[in-house]
Amino acid sequence: MKQLLFTMLAFLLLVAQARAELVIEITSGRDNPTAIAVVPFAWSGFGAAPEDVADVIQGDLMRSGQFAPVSNNDMLNLPTREDEVFYRDWRTTNTEYLLIGRVSGEATVTVEYELFDVFRQTRIIAASESGPVAELRMLAHRVSDKVYQQLTGIRGAFATRILYVAVNREGGEDVYRLMVADADGVRDKEVTRSTQPILSPSWAPDGKRIAYVSFETTRPAIYMHNLVTGEKQQLTNFKGLNGAPAWSPDGNSMAMVLSKDGSPDLYLLDLASRQFRRLTRHFAIETEPSWMPDGLSLVFTSDRGGKPQIYRLDIATGDTERMTYEGSWNARASIAADGRTMVMVHRADGNFHIAVQDLERDQLSILTSTALDESPSVAPNGSMVLYATKRNGRGILAAVSVDGGVRFRLPSREGDVREPAWSPYLD
Amino acid sequence: MKQLPVASKALSIIFALVWMVGCASTDTSEADAAAAAAAEQAAAEAAAEQAEAEAANKASMMQQAIEDAASAAGNVLYFEFDSATLRPAAQDILDAHIALAKTNGDSIRLEGHTDERGTREYNMALGERRAKAVASYMAASGVAGYRIESVSYGEERPASSGSSEGSWSQNRRVEIK
Repeated sequence: MKQLLFTMLAFLLLVAQARAELVIEITSGRDNPTAIAVVPFAWSGFGAAPEDVADVIQGDLMRSGQFAPVSNNDMLNLPTREDEVFYRDWRTTNTEYLLIGRVSGEATVTVEYELFDVFRQTRIIAASESGPVAELRMLAHRVSDKVYQQLTGIRGAFATRILYVAVNREGGEDVYRLMVADADGVRDKEVTRSTQPILSPSWAPDGKRIAYVSFETTRPAIYMHNLVTGEKQQLTNFKGLNGAPAWSPDGNSMAMVLSKDGSPDLYLLDLASRQFRRLTRHFAIETEPSWMPDGLSLVFTSDRGGKPQIYRLDIATGDTERMTYEGSWNARASIAADGRTMVMVHRADGNFHIAVQDLERDQLSILTSTALDESPSVAPNGSMVLYATKRNGRGILAAVSVDGGVRFRLPSREGDVREPAWSPYLD
Repeated sequence: MKQLPVASKALSIIFALVWMVGCASTDTSEADAAAAAAAEQAAAEAAAEQAEAEAANKASMMQQAIEDAASAAGNVLYFEFDSATLRPAAQDILDAHIALAKTNGDSIRLEGHTDERGTREYNMALGERRAKAVASYMAASGVAGYRIESVSYGEERPASSGSSEGSWSQNRRVEIK
């Protein structure tokens, strides 16, 4: 009986897992992507290889839109060591770069890899990544990061994770799940679940703690959750709104929205002393705070001018300036790590799109063409924006590069997914 | 001399008898009065009870009418896009609920909702603005503020799941609970 129960429980967990799982569909890449061959890595451990490392790396490079991985079927041979590499074989298939490697170990595994420039006939990387076998996929993503950085000059953001909210109709009621997955949507895990809404997930800069809003008490409250220890704490329990938590870049405080003193205003919670400090004082809606990378100011949404627009608040002086003038409706801004790229939701012709504003040139460009786009979240390297949209009546996640050239979708197998939040760098 | 005690005995017997009879006669008249009073009181009580029952019946009929009006009005108020202004139709519904609220001391929960357009936290604030617009209308009409709780669900709990104005107009609402 116990065994049966256990089996049933395991099955239910698998079903719950499969429901929220994301699938990647690439819809647009660069015009002249770089041809790179990622040859299947040799595996010297016991039994079958726990992960196809080359496949993970191919997926990462493909998703970036800047690379066209050579199909395994088009490879004339499958070298795993430098002395097995014949440049001529790769030149004939127009391969520009070649990545080979080997995986060894048991509980702890090591991924050794080498990257070659086929035309120059030189090895440009020879390195390795080690870690527990359960993290082999993450090691593969780290190899992708190194290859991406070597070939584009930009740090890779493949070895990162995403938070998102999955909603499924189960037994006549909506079940909200806060999920965490690798940046490619794989290895999804449930962080918490409720039959009441969960929203606004946000990462601490340490990549270990997260904050979110849950209605589990039938009223909104902000919670903090440690992904490593599983420890969960309720941070706020005020009358009215308790929302939009945003961790400061130093991790010591959290900006948020409370309406305990009347209309929604921004507050700053010092996490050590648990003291709240009111940052705005206005009868309009002030919400969706997001930090400038220097931690000295916040951008936020306010409808003090009649319609929601983006404003910037200097925390020390309290000075506020309006940032957006294009369009009658702009909200939920966030700033990329470069401090000059602002992504937001922009309304044009009645539709809601993801837009990006260059803060130095004050230029706005619309990145998406679907109608109900929201919750933009920028990758830590500033390359891609992950957002939520609707497709065929279902909530899905999608991504677009900051220049609009690369696009992919991440629908879930079942139900709705929304509110993606891209983690900071994890190493 | 022997007779005196006899006479005195007879006398005391007579006295005793007279006293007893007197007593008995007193008892009878008092009991009659009490019975009359009780009857009177019972009649008055019955009348009062009847009046009370009639009043109660009237009141319960009125209460029923108020409850019926509130339930006929429904408990959902609808709004325009990005607006928290009460429409005339919403005010009529609200007036029916205010009349009901004045007949009881029940606490009232106002749940504010928005359609799916726009961002989630902005919609959370907009839902609250709608619930509070309803709350201040109720307070201005004499419903004590402490009885009213406003909770916003933003766009998280749509009443209709489609992505057209037909669904959106159903979702921009405040539910009175």
